[in-house]
Amino acid sequence: MDLLNSKLGRYTLGVVAHLLLLLCWYLFVRLGEVPRFVMPSPADTLAALFVSDYGWWANTAVTATEIFGGYALALVVGVLLALLFTWSKTLEALMLPLLVTLNMIPKVALGPLIIVWFKYGVFPNSMMAFSIAVFPILLTTARGLREIEPDLLDLVRSLRGSRWQLFTKIQLPGALPYVFAGMKVAAILAVAGAIVGEFLGSDRGLGYLMLQVQVTLDTPAMFMAVILITLLGMLLYGLVMLLEHLFVVKDARVS
Amino acid sequence: MNTVTATARAEVPPPGSAVEPFIHLAGVSKVYRSGRKEHLAISDATFDVMPGDLVALVGPSGCGKSTLLKILAGLHGHDQGTVRIGSPAHPFDPARDIGMVFQSPLLLKWRRILDNVLLPAELLGIPMAAAKERARELLALVGLTGYEDKYPYELSGGMQQRAAIARSLIHDPKLVLMDEPFGALDALTREKMNLELLRIWKESGKTIVFVTHGISEAVFLGSRVVVFTAGPARMADNFEIQLPHPRTLDMKTQEQFGVYTRRIYRLLGME
Repeated sequence: MDLLNSKLGRYTLGVVAHLLLLLCWYLFVRLGEVPRFVMPSPADTLAALFVSDYGWWANTAVTATEIFGGYALALVVGVLLALLFTWSKTLEALMLPLLVTLNMIPKVALGPLIIVWFKYGVFPNSMMAFSIAVFPILLTTARGLREIEPDLLDLVRSLRGSRWQLFTKIQLPGALPYVFAGMKVAAILAVAGAIVGEFLGSDRGLGYLMLQVQVTLDTPAMFMAVILITLLGMLLYGLVMLLEHLFVVKDARVS
Repeated sequence: MNTVTATARAEVPPPGSAVEPFIHLAGVSKVYRSGRKEHLAISDATFDVMPGDLVALVGPSGCGKSTLLKILAGLHGHDQGTVRIGSPAHPFDPARDIGMVFQSPLLLKWRRILDNVLLPAELLGIPMAAAKERARELLALVGLTGYEDKYPYELSGGMQQRAAIARSLIHDPKLVLMDEPFGALDALTREKMNLELLRIWKESGKTIVFVTHGISEAVFLGSRVVVFTAGPARMADNFEIQLPHPRTLDMKTQEQFGVYTRRIYRLLGME
């Protein structure tokens, strides 16, 4: 019971769950005598990290650049567009339906087009991550900026507060929790976008590496690549959580 | 009992001038139009509020009492009649002499209590050092000393509303408009807040217009009660409450209190 009630206890349980998964994985491979090319053991997977031909560092750095680059651009563009919409109702009425339609396009389907436009490499893959991550940020931020209590508006107006004051003192800080909600969704999508980009066309990165080792049926390396991609996603997500912790008051957070 | 009401007024007019009302309303009406439909929001509103009075506007939903509050706040215009706020002895600046309290405390979640109280001062550009000093005094007045650095979610609903009252007073407005401020509180907290409000009103000397649908609350708080009816929305009655101050909860069991509440019930067609 104590484990459930204390913060440390909850962390402990979280770590235990991960270790249990590792154990199950190990036992399944060991006792089931599963061939290495179907499912490698945790030890085999770790060993793949020491095959220097695979250039793990360089490839991870490339994928990380694509994810973080596309994500950063999505954050800037998403928030800026949402801000533009709050300043011009006409622009919002004009653009929002269009953006909802654009959001419906499966961004993965744009992959071949992006390659035609931008060749292949880090930039088009960042674009892929960007195109898939920008919508949740834009739409939730726009919603956050719109959500303003009518009575609060009256309070500001009764004191002849300016549009700018309303924006800086109430709208913007009020929208921050929504920005973070969008950022969390976008973090997961950005990783997927970058990897899909690498699958479709690239000469570097963890997704590219996966395709290479698939040919030689080096499953441990594929497992390792998936683990590294997951860790990159966790790093990004963790960073967003950290910033939210620093900038958003507990009660105001949108889950 | 009649003699007590004169002392109920917190402000004494300067010598030589007659007591002029702080708020003067005559035949005020307002119609909301949406397309071809017209909706009468308020009509026949005629009453005066003396400086330092606490006037309770009471009536059912849709009777126009909240609309009237918004007209007083300068948020809505009116279609007919006269609205005059302020007098030579009590000049009124519509841009900075209004304090507002709503049913929801509307505290900004990301601001600490002290910074929430300071919001109107920031909007009006009042020097911060002096405003902070005053904010602390006001938090003491509403019984929130020690909560300056808490966030709103750390306070109960009643305490949040106390902070909202302190916020409405930070810029030292002459008129405080309250729109069912205790409507969302539980019955016991509400009674307690009524007593608190009377104390704060006495200590601050503000003119307060208090909108409520609680008949007993209106009689208990008001030095004057204005009754509104719905369908059509109009003002139905306006009378002084001649109960002595300070008011105590046992007054609610006195005969005179019942006379007032029955008068309102009758007007609202509930007797």
